[in-house]
This record gives sequence, structure tokens and C-alpha cells, in this order.
Amino acid sequence: MDQLRKKARELLESGAVKTVIGYGEGSGKAVRAVFIRQPEQTEKLILDERCRQNLAVYLLKPEVKNLGKPAVVARLPVLRSILELAAESQLADEQMVILGISPDGQLLDLAGLKAVADYVSAQSLELPPPEREQLEQIEKKSPAERWNFWQEEFSRCVKCYACRASCPLCYCSRCAVECNQPQWISSASHARGNLEWHLVRAMHLAGRCVNCGDCARACPVGIPLNLLTRKLGEEVFKDFGLRAGTTPELKYALATFLPEDQEDFIR
Amino acid sequence: MAEPNIYKPYLMRLEKITEEAPGVKTFRLLFQNEEESKNFSFQAGQFGEYSVLGEGESTFCIASSPTRKGYLECTFRQMGRVTTALANREVGDTIAFRGPYGNTFPLEEWFGKNLLYIAGGIALPPLRCVIWNTLDLRDRYQNITILYGARTVADLVYKHELEEWEKRGDVKLLTTVDPGGETPEWKGQIGFVPAILEKEAPASDNTIALVCGPPIMIKLTLPVLKKFGFTPENTFTTLENRMKCGLGKCGRCNVGKYYVCKDGPVFTLAQLNELPPEY
Amino acid sequence: MAEAKLLKQDSWPGLFAKLQASGRRILAPRGKPGLILFEEVSSPEAMASKYIQTTLSAKSAVFPRCEELFQYRFEGKDVKIEDRQLDPPPTVIFGLRPCDASSFAVLNAVFSWDYQDAFFKSRLKNTAVIGISCRESDEYCFCTSVGGGPGDTKGSDILLTRQDSGDYLAEILTAKGQELVSLAPELFAEAPSAEKGKFLAQVPAHFEVKELSQKLPRLFDSGIWVEQSLRCLGCGACAFVCPTCVCFDIQDEADREAGSRLRCWDSCGFSLFTLHTSGHNPRSVQSQRWRQRLMHKFSYFPERLEVLGCVGCGRCARSCPADMNLLEHLQAIMEAP
Repeated sequence: MDQLRKKARELLESGAVKTVIGYGEGSGKAVRAVFIRQPEQTEKLILDERCRQNLAVYLLKPEVKNLGKPAVVARLPVLRSILELAAESQLADEQMVILGISPDGQLLDLAGLKAVADYVSAQSLELPPPEREQLEQIEKKSPAERWNFWQEEFSRCVKCYACRASCPLCYCSRCAVECNQPQWISSASHARGNLEWHLVRAMHLAGRCVNCGDCARACPVGIPLNLLTRKLGEEVFKDFGLRAGTTPELKYALATFLPEDQEDFIR
Repeated sequence: MAEPNIYKPYLMRLEKITEEAPGVKTFRLLFQNEEESKNFSFQAGQFGEYSVLGEGESTFCIASSPTRKGYLECTFRQMGRVTTALANREVGDTIAFRGPYGNTFPLEEWFGKNLLYIAGGIALPPLRCVIWNTLDLRDRYQNITILYGARTVADLVYKHELEEWEKRGDVKLLTTVDPGGETPEWKGQIGFVPAILEKEAPASDNTIALVCGPPIMIKLTLPVLKKFGFTPENTFTTLENRMKCGLGKCGRCNVGKYYVCKDGPVFTLAQLNELPPEY
Repeated sequence: MAEAKLLKQDSWPGLFAKLQASGRRILAPRGKPGLILFEEVSSPEAMASKYIQTTLSAKSAVFPRCEELFQYRFEGKDVKIEDRQLDPPPTVIFGLRPCDASSFAVLNAVFSWDYQDAFFKSRLKNTAVIGISCRESDEYCFCTSVGGGPGDTKGSDILLTRQDSGDYLAEILTAKGQELVSLAPELFAEAPSAEKGKFLAQVPAHFEVKELSQKLPRLFDSGIWVEQSLRCLGCGACAFVCPTCVCFDIQDEADREAGSRLRCWDSCGFSLFTLHTSGHNPRSVQSQRWRQRLMHKFSYFPERLEVLGCVGCGRCARSCPADMNLLEHLQAIMEAP
């Protein structure tokens, strides 16, 4: 944490960045995103187990962009989000300084996206056992049980779109649910509208989701949405050997066509 | 339900379609129910929610004059889902309508005054209602001047009515198109509305100005009016915030303490000056 | 007309049975900590036992998150509209917190000024509230700053306050409350004491809300809105958990033969809320939408409809994924130059 504060202070003092996007103390025991613009304010930066929000989401927010060039505190999921956003031409190297954080809370020296990609590649991106287990719990269910499970979960959805808003990869300026010519997805929060929304969102994130878990944490009614995109991420990895957020080059499995791709699914 | 369903629309028959300009149409609508037709009345400045059932509702002013009974007209540009569905309707089709909603132009307070109408592009329809209303009560008003501009000659709406107003001896009509928007046959002015207004140098004595147009036109026109002595109290416009209910419930058109659908759409410049600039 | 009675804790099952026998459905908090919702219950055992506040308010009981306004059928060039036959079931909301109970008056102010919204009004008419005072609060609660309190009776037909004995002081507050009592008069004993203050949570008052309302208009152009909303993600969680947020959308859903017009909750926090088809947006960035949310609740509502658009339940802050803490922001506004 001291390393981070020191680095943040240097960056602001030298004018290398105008704002440092990090974590600070929030309400009660919560932490929150902070946007530090004065060197003396860097003391507010904290770094502990509570600091989980995917801050990459702020790199695309207009009013944050208006603050000037940012440095962003980035644990592995944030690093991967940044790589994915770069791969999708939403971010470029010179637009930010990345304050990478190792799993044990050490400041990493990651100069540029290439270094980030090298670092990420050296990390295990296998699902940790508890996360693997959560998926297996669902996979074990019969199709009917699974359907009922998700129907039950989706029935609580109020369409507040906190899942979308908290997700760095949900950056479309006009989301599919807002396209109304034709109206692809019902905007109503009835059973069908909720099912359509969550399936379409999961499919749009298939293989792009870095499994940060923010969609589920953001959901006010506790729908475990990250299980959907996590599962799809695993499927994409199984079929194509690619994981989201590992390179700043576009290698998105579901948008890449190779001559040797099997076509036996077309009949 | 003990109380009526305020969201339930009237069913109208699309009687006539007029192609006004590229993408712009005027619909004439008749009530399908005789009783509803008889009981319906509105005043200049009010608006309604027009819909193709299955597609949704869209908010437009009532573009016909309350002095012309038995029908309603609206003019719209094909832009989004509902206006596209509307544009695809044919004569005889059913259109749903809720209204009339909102406040009105204080026409009676203007008896004995001069009227200066200034409109740009697709914003003539809200003024067309008042124009016809005041023309139908012509002897109540002094001089009536209409300044109307559009990007190109093709974009001018109500072309037949412009000709009619042109021919009338009791109306001064100035039409203009943006530079480059003229055709070889164009006999009107060439230039932006504020510039033409400046050249016209209207007298503000005993005169009411009604301004409707795109934000940039309004922004540049207001200083010209001010220069010629028009007070904020004597300058009127109508706001076009996005709306859903039209009934002061859904919150969409809320600007400051006002609901545009209830307290508007007609506002004086004096009122607008008190409002947050969120329109 | 308040009348104090004593309701024994063990008489809840009997009360529930009598309420149901009278044809009323009972909505009460259910679930586990972190996710408690008002759902239909048949016995008090099904209720959540310990909670400060439910995750969602009981707003949907009178203003469903998605409801049909009417249906229609296409017949050639004609359309037949089938009006909604609204006959809401008699409902008792049991265990509503005083802040939530007072929120119905805010919704009512919107739905019954000028045009009367029969959907809301018929539901409200058929709904009775048995509130339960708060013995506990958390750092997000600020009812006392916005004119309420942990034992406030506004909006409840009967308000229950748990005494140390485990029994409940029952304040019978309205004719609707009397009617409920008359279903099971034997369960409501004479109260030895009407004292309730000592059984209530201590919720400190943080600001003078009238001062806040007066101050807000001149802060319209303040930089505070951008500063406060930098971390706001622009979702609608705050609005959808809010008991008083009332803004809605109207949408059609139809196939070739028939369809319906729906109204669904909406939020002024969404950029689409005010977006014109032309692309013009009067509130194009999040800070403007954040400002609108606060202005609407604390300035425009009081000025226009003479109600405050906030009951201090704290849900918006509890459920915000970015920790936008309303109380903290309001305090900062009070301190702003």
C-alpha cells in the first residue's frame, strides 16, 4: 500500500497523470472507487481484500475521461479487462498508466500493455477450486432443474442494469436491449423479458468476460450472473483454447474465422 | 375500476396522408367513435400521444387548429420506432390517440396585438395550429407576420399553406432557406432565420413573438428579438421534452419544478429563464 | 384516533389465519440476510426474523415493476381495445418499516395530482399496512433527518412495536386498522402501557431537510454533482430499490394478432430516460442525472407536490454497487458553500 501511495504521488506530482483511480474507504466497512487528483490526497488510497471492484469500468466513463490521463489500480481481473478493452480498440497504451497489483498486494512494474500481457500470461487463469465448484453445482443439475434454477433467479430481476453498468466489457453506447427497430429484447422486467436480457448479455460476453464477478456483486437482488459468463468463458477456452483479457491483440474466438474451423455443426 | 383508465387511447381512423417534405408526413385523423368526436375539444398549443398499437406512443403537438372541427392533424418526421411505424400506415388504418394534454397559448390575451411567428424546419407544426387559429379569428388581431425557414426548399413543410398565406393580403409571409438550399425557381429569401429576422427589423410594440425551431435557431433568434425590444414575457415557445405519459406521472419531462406535459408545452421566455437548461 | 392495544407475540399465527380467512393476502418480508423481499406468506414462521430493512421496498404491492395498462386485438384495419379489469386482491402488508409505510403517501402524491391513476389508487385502497417499528437501525438509516422516525405512525394502519417482553404494542391508527382488529378482536388485549419510545432504535438526525430543500436550487451549477457522481455507474439500482421512486416507462408488446401496453419502472439515472430520437439529450452525462435525482426528491417534489421524495430508508446506499451513499452526499451538500 505504501508503494502504491508513493507511486501515485510521484505520478501526480510529475504530471504524468491527472488522476489516480483507486480504492478508498467507503460507507461502514465498504470500500469505494476514488479519483485522486492531488498528491497529498494519495494517503486516501487503500489496498486490501475488500478492494474488488473492477475499476477498468471507469476508464471509459466520459466524466472520468474529462479529468485527464488516469493511472488505474489494477489487480489481475482489472489488468485482463484492460487488455480485453485494448483488444477491442476501446483503450490504447498511451491513454493510461497501469498500477498493477500482484495477488499479495505488491505494486508491479508494468510499463504498457505488452508488459501487462506478459504478466497475465504468466499467471494461472484456471478457475480456483471454489469457483469451479460453483459451476459444477449447476452443471450437476438436470436440464429441467437448471432451467428452474435460472427462472427462479431471473424472476427477481428488476432490470436496473447494474450488471451492465458495473461491467467494463458492457461498453456499447447503445445496448442491444435499447435497440428497438426491431425490439430484439423486451425491455419489460417480466419473466420473458428478464430471460431474454440475461441470455443475450451472457452471449455477448461469451469469451470476453474476465470473470471479475462485478455483475453478481452489483446485482441488488443477488442473481449470480457471473456464473453464466464464467461458464461460457470455460466453454470458449475448451473449444478454442482462448481466454479473455490475455493479449491486447484481437483474438476473440467468436469473431475469428479460420479455414480449418470445423463446420460439422452446419447441416 | 371506479375511475377511468387514463392511459387508454381513443381509436382514430387515418383519413388523409400528406407528404410534406422528405420523411415528413401530415396525418388527418377522425375519431372512430361518434360520441368521442362530439365530446372532444382542445386548444392551440396542446399535444397528444399518437400510437400505432404494438409499436408504442409518440408525442406531437396537435397541428390542426381547434377552429377546424371534426378532425385532428399531426405532422411528424420519421425518426424512431413509432414514427417509422406511423409512416408505414395507409389511409383507413387505425391510429390511437391520447390527449389533448398540456397548456395552451393565451390567444384571448393577445386580442388587439400584432403577432410575429418565427419557425424553423419541422417546428412549424406547433405554430401552424396557432397560425390557423388566429387567421380564423383574423379581425381580433393586428398585423400577422410569419417568418419560416428550412434547410432546403424541399424541407419546407405545408407548402400549399405557405402559398395560401403568401396570397392572403392580411398576412406577411417571409420564407427562407439556408444558403445552398435554394432551387433555381426559389423566390423566397436565402439565409438563416436569425439573419432574415434582423433584416426584417420587426417592431416589438404591442407585439407577441412565437418562436419554434431547432435549439440552435432559437439560441440565435432570441438575441435578435431582444435587440428589437421584445420582452421575455412577450416571447413564447413550446418545449419538446421526451415524454411517455403526458399526464404528469412518469417523470420523464420533469424540468425543475415543472412537468413540461402539464405546465407546458407552452412557455414564455421569462419562464424558461427561470428553468434549469434541461430541455 | 390512535388506540393502543397489546398483541401477544404468540398470537401472530392466529392473526395471520384470521386475515387470510377474510380473503386478504399477506405480504411479509421473506428470505435470508442480504436478500429479503416482500412475498406472499401464509404464516408468520415464513417471515424473515432479523433484518434492518428489506432489499426491495414494498412499492411493487401498489406499483408493480411491470404491469399491463390494457390489451388490444388487431382485426384487419381495426383494433379492439380491451380495457383492464382491475380488481386488486385485498392485501395486508405485514412488517413494513415506518419509513416504507410513509412512502405510499409520496407515490400517491404523484399518482393522484391532476389526472387520477386508477391502477395505483385501486391497489392502495385495497391495501392495509401493519407496520413494525424499528428497534435497530444501521449507518444507512436517516429517517429522522427527513421527517420520519423509527416509530413513526404515518402510513401505517396498525403499527406494532416490540416490547422487551416480546409482546407488541399495537397502535390502531386508521379505520382500515380498526377493520383488521375487528377480524380478531380477541387477540388485541388492553395495553398496560402505551410507552414505546424506549423500545425504538436511536436514529440520529443529520440535517434540517427544509434547509436542504431551500439550498438546493442555488447549487444547480455547483461542481459538487460531478465530484459526487464520478464513481456512479449509471445503473438504476438506487431507483429500483427506492420506495418513492415513481418514474416509469410505457412500452408496447405485440405479435401479429394482439398485444398489450405495459408500464415498467424506469430511472432518471439512465441516459436513455431523456434522450430524444434526434440524439439531443437534455441530461447527457451522469452528473446531470445524479443532480436530477436529488433535485427531484429534495427540491422539486417539495416545491411542487408538497411531499419529500425520500423517506430515509437508506436502500439506495446499501444496494449501490459503487457505494454512492445518499446520506453522506446530502450532508456534503449541506456543507457546500
